[in-house]
Amino acid sequence: MLRFILSRLLQAIPVLLVVITATFLLVRCAPGGPFSAEKAVPPEVVRALEAQYRLDQPIWQQYLSYLGDLARGEFGPSFRYPGRTVNELIAGGLPITAELAFYAMLVAILIGVCAGVIAALRPNTPQDYLPMSAAMLGICMPSFLMGPLLVLVFGIWLEWLPVSGWGELAGDKILPAITLGTGYAAYIARLSRGGMLEVMSQDYIRTARAKGLPERVVVLKHALRGGLIPVVAFLGPAFAGLLSGSFVVETIFQIPGLGRFYVQAAFNRDYTMILGTTVFFATLIVLFNLLADIIAVWINPKMRHQLSRSR
Amino acid sequence: MENPHSATLTQEQGSSLWRDGWIRLCKNHLALFGLAVIAFFCVIALLTPWIAPYGYEQQDLQLGASPPSAAHWLGTDIFGRDMLTRIMYGSRVSLLVGFVATGVALVIGVLWGTVAGYAGGRVDAVMMRLVDILYALPFMIFIVLLMVVFGRNILLLFLAIGAVEWLTMARIVRGQVQNLRHQEFIEAAFSMGLSRWIIIRRHLIPNTLGPVIVYTTLTIPNVMLLEAFLSFLGLGIQPPQSSWGLLISHGVESMEEYPWLLVFPGLALSITLFALNFLGDGLRDALDPRASKD
Repeated sequence: MLRFILSRLLQAIPVLLVVITATFLLVRCAPGGPFSAEKAVPPEVVRALEAQYRLDQPIWQQYLSYLGDLARGEFGPSFRYPGRTVNELIAGGLPITAELAFYAMLVAILIGVCAGVIAALRPNTPQDYLPMSAAMLGICMPSFLMGPLLVLVFGIWLEWLPVSGWGELAGDKILPAITLGTGYAAYIARLSRGGMLEVMSQDYIRTARAKGLPERVVVLKHALRGGLIPVVAFLGPAFAGLLSGSFVVETIFQIPGLGRFYVQAAFNRDYTMILGTTVFFATLIVLFNLLADIIAVWINPKMRHQLSRSR
Repeated sequence: MENPHSATLTQEQGSSLWRDGWIRLCKNHLALFGLAVIAFFCVIALLTPWIAPYGYEQQDLQLGASPPSAAHWLGTDIFGRDMLTRIMYGSRVSLLVGFVATGVALVIGVLWGTVAGYAGGRVDAVMMRLVDILYALPFMIFIVLLMVVFGRNILLLFLAIGAVEWLTMARIVRGQVQNLRHQEFIEAAFSMGLSRWIIIRRHLIPNTLGPVIVYTTLTIPNVMLLEAFLSFLGLGIQPPQSSWGLLISHGVESMEEYPWLLVFPGLALSITLFALNFLGDGLRDALDPRASKD
């Protein structure tokens, strides 16, 4: 197991290097430097700024010193807001985005697994079709449509819940979490239905039933663990999706999280900011993929067995 | 399959496989319904310049935003522009992005997967390792980055989305080709002295078509979602061009007063995504019986 984790960690390094290099080159290739602003700036000011942001050095030197900064955990300054750094913005926005992602994941897993398991218990009956049609609806209703519609119905027409903000009014976290979570709930429902259907037809479930265990125990204790393996494998990619989903949801609900900063930086063409945030996001996503892989092996006895045999 | 030799080699098995698939598809009413909806939307999109009830930029400032009526079936926006017309023109961009970007992904993915699967050995290992690495990248973020760096241009949007979506295609095709490579008809073609490229083009690629068609159908809705997502954030299609994503984002701005500006483009997008997903699921059951449902 340890060896598996280590080898996966080693594999993550080239991925990160590719991300950093590609992002760095892309941002440096961008047409129109960060200082080609509307106002004419005196040449000595430009030179001083270039020196400050190390733009006067050859590109490979810039790259190496950026790598050095990253190794120390410095994601770089912001071009647009002098004195602010990417690190500060991450420190301010990450807890909010993480909380949002956590609630959304909670919504997604709770609704998704329940719907999937219920559907799998009676396949090809209304008990199956109803939750699966709802799941299809969730997949075809993107968050940027679901969010505004929820706001319209529950925020504006019914006036049950606040329509924007984060942690200011009671209940203002409910709509963002649901908006971000429903799409994933739908995917998880489909995955857990598939996984459960496959597991329920296996011998050890028949054995459990033959022992006279009540159906509740068979499903919850014996089948669920195996049936949820596809769901766990999905959690890594889902996390990446949650991050990009947070761009939209945080913009709709005006939540001061990382996603909203990123979209703003993209609008302002704040290149260093985009560079720093992209590298940070990429690191997070690679780490979460890794975590999802490890958990997948950990809960799947078959894969665990293969690992210990191959050693 | 313009070559008569390859036609005789694959015809018997091929045609019955396709006919079987078609029969299975016809039994799936949801999938047929999806196909009909998509065909209908495509025809409307193609004919829009001739059948649209109003001009794309035609304003009626005195009317302003009005709810659906006999003159404007889906209402008008704040400039008095007809929503049905806007949605029809938007469908041209949304569907175009969906099909073209998927086409880009299709070409790259099929070529990459076939070459890797056919070459095998070290070439295959290197090529697929690259795919693994790219898989781990946060692509959504990369597309945003590309759109920011190179400007918001529709051609780049095609390329950027296509460049993201080819990975799964490459994996599927490679698996197929690996299976086919050692079968007799490939050996026969080889012993007939056909060049590698001809074998790949005439014998391998046509035989991977089933799963490729299925996956392509399921990629189109993803691509359309991606475009709408970017346009919603203001990073995709730019005015005066329009797409469903952009219309939705404009609709959100004034949804409190004029909810129909949000609801109708949203419905158009959702219905299309629904139809494509049903069609894709149906095609999977019809053409790729081995693939499990989820």
